[in-house]
Amino acid sequence: MNASEPAMNRPLLEAIRLEVGIGGHRICRDLDWRVDAGDSWAILGRNGAGKSTLLATAAGLRAQQGGRLSVAGLELPHASQGAGMRAMARVRGYLSQHQIDPFASTVMETVLVGRHPHLGRWDWESDDDRRIAASALAEVDLDGFAEREVQTLSGGERQRLAVAQLLAQQPQLFLLDEPLTHLDLSHQVAVMDMFARCATAGAAIVAVLHDPGFAARYCRQALLLFGNDEWLAGPTDEVITEKNLTRLYGHPLRELGADGRRWFVPG
Amino acid sequence: MPSRRRALLVLAALIGLAVLSLLLALVAGSLPVSVADVFCALSGGAGGLAVEVIQGLRLPRALAAFACGGLLALAGALMQVLLKNPLADPYVLGISGGAAVGALAAMLAGLALAFINLLAFAGAFAAMLLVFGLAHGDSSWTRSRLLLTGVIVAAGCGAVVALILSIAPEDGLRGMLFWLMGDLGHAVSPWPALTVLAVGLLVTLPFARELNLLARGDTLAHALGVAIAPAKRGIYVLASLLTAVAVTTAGSIGFIGLVVPHLVRLAMIRLGWGNDQRLLLPAAALVGGSLLVLADTLARTVIAPQQLPVGVLTALLGVPVFLFLLGRQPNERQ
Repeated sequence: MNASEPAMNRPLLEAIRLEVGIGGHRICRDLDWRVDAGDSWAILGRNGAGKSTLLATAAGLRAQQGGRLSVAGLELPHASQGAGMRAMARVRGYLSQHQIDPFASTVMETVLVGRHPHLGRWDWESDDDRRIAASALAEVDLDGFAEREVQTLSGGERQRLAVAQLLAQQPQLFLLDEPLTHLDLSHQVAVMDMFARCATAGAAIVAVLHDPGFAARYCRQALLLFGNDEWLAGPTDEVITEKNLTRLYGHPLRELGADGRRWFVPG
Repeated sequence: MPSRRRALLVLAALIGLAVLSLLLALVAGSLPVSVADVFCALSGGAGGLAVEVIQGLRLPRALAAFACGGLLALAGALMQVLLKNPLADPYVLGISGGAAVGALAAMLAGLALAFINLLAFAGAFAAMLLVFGLAHGDSSWTRSRLLLTGVIVAAGCGAVVALILSIAPEDGLRGMLFWLMGDLGHAVSPWPALTVLAVGLLVTLPFARELNLLARGDTLAHALGVAIAPAKRGIYVLASLLTAVAVTTAGSIGFIGLVVPHLVRLAMIRLGWGNDQRLLLPAAALVGGSLLVLADTLARTVIAPQQLPVGVLTALLGVPVFLFLLGRQPNERQ
């Protein structure tokens, strides 16, 4: 019913009075949260605060305990079950925290997996799909890796391959669970720059991050999960402050400024 | 992954291999047969003893061997995707154990061949339901739970088989042992197995890309639009049925279901085609079928007139091949 509305008016992710829990532990209650095209959100919180669980719920990989949750107008969890799943996979992409490779495979094949939701039942990957995959590899500095065996990649290379796979999927909503895992500093910056460009181009980014400095630098909005079903959401400048972070991590943090950017170090 | 055209070319070549293996099976044997006899028999013509031997004995047996090999290889490839373990085989979840209990119990009771087959199938089905029910109990489909349940059921079946063997009369032991090792001498009609093989391929091929995703992990597959739970249930039920039909037809023939998908995958990886189920599944079925036809031809000719159970040959050939593959694996990672 939203098809006639301009895409910009429809939230890519909308949570209304959302309740999420795992293993009897409640992560958030009455969460009202809206992610629009062009947004870039950081989710911050301590270990076990439920960042990944909330992200997996938003991706439709697990059901919420209460409240409403929708992705581009598709109601979860139903839209992530049965026939609607492929349509969902064309709208939202999910980067998992762990990459596994039980079977041998090349880098190119692994990227092309991201094209699955765009292919019909009897389709094989076309030259167009291969071009999309190759440019995704180039985006994450993996050109020339196409024929490499995935099981021979380093941790950081494997993580960038997962990012390339997500780019090949071409979703509008990027749900990123610790996208910077295993990456060296230069690739952390390059990957966040690349996702920031995606947001500028009209996609939306939601990333679980551990460095509030990266969140302040690359994300315009932040969602803090305090782990006791309290949450705080808003523009990065208002939400990511010494006071809030000190409460969030249970450890004093100091804000440092350099080159017009804010960085946070443990006190 | 291969292009569609390359995949079709490879499959055409493998179909050629299958036809050659079947022709060899028709020609080879203690009774000499000419190529003309073979064509006469295949075109349905009547002729001498040679034509009758082909039509009545060699052709049904060769087709049954092809069907069983194809069923086992396809079931093995599916189990490897389901358990995300390249070392899984069709018997790992206890299907053959259940079938063996059924078949041997029928032999112990002195039932006719039709009932042996029926009870073998019932045993396989019961083992499948048992594992499915237990592993599905709290709707957790974790691999280790499924695997552990299957291994325990298989162990239980093994104990019952040992019990039956130890109380069976002397003259029944030989038939039981042949059944346990896998033997095509008692294959009645190849058509049920061939039909199930064709249906199995037709059912899986449309979902082969989904299987590719499942082999890369449940979370990834789910995020890319694969309905995980129904897909896994489907794979499990289908692989179990394929295995049950193969085991009912020819006993528990070993190693085809483990080694053939592994060999095909290794060849595809060497060619840079990766683990693409769209080619792997039909290729494994064709290679498995052809290999079992050749192994069975060897089994009935190598010390003719005495026949060997084909399972002995597949194991004798399969063990060194498998050890060779295992030995090379660390080098692959370097």
